[in-house]
Amino acid sequence: MNKDIPAVQMRDIRKVFGKVVANDGVNLDIYRGEILSLLGENGSGKTTLMNMLSGIYYPDGGQIYIDGEPVLIKSPKEAFDHGIGMIHQHFKLVDVFTAAENIVLGLKEEGKLDLKKAAAKINQICSTYGFDVDPNQKVYNMSVSQKQTVEIVKVLYRGADILILDEPTAVLTPQETEKLFKVMRNMKYDGKAIVIITHKLHEVEEISDKVAILRKGQFIGQLITKETNAQEMTNMMVGHEVALNIERPEPVDPRPRVRIEGLTVRSSDGVLKLDDVSFYVCQGEILGIAGISGCGQKELLEAIAGLQPIESGTIEYIEDDGSKENLVGKDPLEIAAKGVSLSFVPEDRLGMGLVGSMDLTDNMMLRSFRKGRSVFTDRKTPRKLAEKVVEELEVSTAGINTPVSKLSGGNVQKVLVGREIASSPTVLLSAYAVRGLDINSSYTIYDLINKQKENGVAVVYVGEDLDVLLELCDRILVLCDGQVSGIVDGREADKNSIGMMMTRLGGDA
Amino acid sequence: MHISKRGDISRKQAWAIRIGAILIALIICGIVTTLTTGLDPLGVYGTMFNGAFGSERKIWVLFKELSLLLVVSLGLTPAFKMKFWNLGGEGQIMIGALTTAAIMIYLGNTLPGPILMLLMLIGAVGAGAIWAMIPAFFKARWNTNETLFTLMMNYVAIQLTAYFIIIWEVPKGSGKVGIINQSSMSGWLPVIAHKQYLLVIVMAVIVTAAMHVYLKYSKHGYEISVVGESQNTARYVGIKVDKVIIRTLILSGGICGLVGWMMVSGTDHTITTTLSGGMGFLGVMVAWLAQFNPVAMVLSSLLLAFLSRGASEISAIYQLNHSFGDIITGIIIFFIIGSEFFINYKINIGKKDAEEDRKEGSDNV
Repeated sequence: MNKDIPAVQMRDIRKVFGKVVANDGVNLDIYRGEILSLLGENGSGKTTLMNMLSGIYYPDGGQIYIDGEPVLIKSPKEAFDHGIGMIHQHFKLVDVFTAAENIVLGLKEEGKLDLKKAAAKINQICSTYGFDVDPNQKVYNMSVSQKQTVEIVKVLYRGADILILDEPTAVLTPQETEKLFKVMRNMKYDGKAIVIITHKLHEVEEISDKVAILRKGQFIGQLITKETNAQEMTNMMVGHEVALNIERPEPVDPRPRVRIEGLTVRSSDGVLKLDDVSFYVCQGEILGIAGISGCGQKELLEAIAGLQPIESGTIEYIEDDGSKENLVGKDPLEIAAKGVSLSFVPEDRLGMGLVGSMDLTDNMMLRSFRKGRSVFTDRKTPRKLAEKVVEELEVSTAGINTPVSKLSGGNVQKVLVGREIASSPTVLLSAYAVRGLDINSSYTIYDLINKQKENGVAVVYVGEDLDVLLELCDRILVLCDGQVSGIVDGREADKNSIGMMMTRLGGDA
Repeated sequence: MHISKRGDISRKQAWAIRIGAILIALIICGIVTTLTTGLDPLGVYGTMFNGAFGSERKIWVLFKELSLLLVVSLGLTPAFKMKFWNLGGEGQIMIGALTTAAIMIYLGNTLPGPILMLLMLIGAVGAGAIWAMIPAFFKARWNTNETLFTLMMNYVAIQLTAYFIIIWEVPKGSGKVGIINQSSMSGWLPVIAHKQYLLVIVMAVIVTAAMHVYLKYSKHGYEISVVGESQNTARYVGIKVDKVIIRTLILSGGICGLVGWMMVSGTDHTITTTLSGGMGFLGVMVAWLAQFNPVAMVLSSLLLAFLSRGASEISAIYQLNHSFGDIITGIIIFFIIGSEFFINYKINIGKKDAEEDRKEGSDNV
């Protein structure tokens, strides 16, 4: 095949959802034997663009060429016929099936189903590119990284030679990411065209040959990775200069505020989620929590906030005068009634922290609606709070009567954080506070959290980006399978050792 | 061809689509009428209209039916807003009616009028409330499926009614209760301003206003919205979800029970197993069509009451099976509900439309 003709050319692509223009005038060239990074902030239209290539959406305008020929891609099946395969952020696997069964699922091959033959073919693909898959392993026994590998093999098994990976590293540890990059390079040398969607700059620099940048649905430019740098790419992505550093003021007078001893939590179906977790968090410091997603972070915060029944252990709140309050077995109202001012920014903003269909005022009211003896609600105070939050945190919204589900991710988060810090808490729990946020909003949130720290709040910050955790937090607690793998000093720790601790208790090889 | 979501649509356009849908429905009903019965469709529509608005008496009956249906819908609304699918309206009405009838039969002519009336009222509301509270308790406690549970409770209530009708039947062997306390009118809702149904209509107005205020301005109403949207958020801010579910269903069932009382004491003065006549289900549609807005429910219940009165009129005048009226009603409602799809989505056919969209889109930008 001619290497000079791009495997895929997208020309002047446009996609509109209602009034929202998701993509407009986007041009993209994907060559065989190359890895292209598709870089852009959340909501910039990266996934939409790739969904059009993989047949999930149909473009409203523009033309797609495969190997120079104009094509219409109307369904994922037609995309496969053109050799295009996409690995989505959320895996589409049947848990009770084995890897091999999942891989052949939906294929209409002649003759009887021959899993042995399939397994042989899978093993052959694995040895070619360096994958590590056991065809007979059930999916529910697999780690996230293994599931992702199955997804990639599934696409290759079907003969795809144009691969799209949608934020594949978001769920991986640094070590797993390294492994993934290795097989990506093997696939590249084999002549496959690869697109990786990401917003992590160091990954762009590490893995890709070229980088295409989108901003607000518009195509900004395509660069050779070697000839650019993080600052230039950020500026293109955001549209103006951004300072890429996070402050870390020294904690002032850190005294333990919350002390947790031997906390054990089981989920409703009896799975051990937290196992004998002990630590403390001081006022005026940020305690980071690192770990592969689903290692008990959610349960830990919810247990402290009074939303998770616990099996054993103690959670003590320590007042300024040294008196102690046990929070175990109390619901959020009872905790507040004890005079403990605890704020919680949960992971699932619209599913737990806010009500999507309600406007800003009504969402501000969630915390305060019980106040007063009247049977009627007081909307004046929350309206003022909503106005204040909109102004101070620069929430971009049509007005305070807009349902929060219509706001962008960053603005939703500002509304939630704004409400939670309005009650001047002494403890602030936050889970994935910047997930899905663009760079600007992320830095606003870091600033807000730092400000709380300076005000003497004890902050617990569950994060997924190790680079940020290392820049922001005073101490970092690493969770591994519901156990404390270690607690390290944020100023001295390095990414690699934390990565090791995430996968293995104590981090020893 | 592909379907895409519309952006915001102007009120005018939305109503144009709705009215267009009704016109198309009327045309299709006309074709169906001519093909199946050979009647002149315009004549049939005229008869329908006459059946609903033809005389002063007919208008009073229409408004009575509207009121009863409206109160049922208002009763279901808080439960539905909480995403608790209370399909037990029928049973809650029946059990309220049964309790009212029992008090009228056993205590009528023995207690002073006002005390009897109060007792009937409390009995009917209480019975409806208990009937709804049972599935609510199981839902709150063990997360049972409320749809099936409330549906099953309907059958229990109807069979209980059938049982008591045999005990109370007058004369023996007729299988009917007949008019209760016909001579003494004990336990009958008083007639005000010489209009038999006026008091029932006034009560419906009061319940509408009260429900509107309750849902929109009270703390309970706010809790219902939060629980309906997200139980996790409710728990997160310390709302006791179980308590809210049970409390709301007591209210929901109580209002449905109230309808049973309004019918036995106020309008029918008797009880049959078909007394509720599907209102518990029709109320779901009324509430949904009005998107759970109590004031808009006045309009949607008017529409359904009109269709039902009109349908019985055509069956009577043209001596058609009652099902024919139901077919016409069904077609009209189908189109009205279907029009909501076209308000939210649009269908693009072929490449050309996409190009046009594009032009439209760029105009908007």
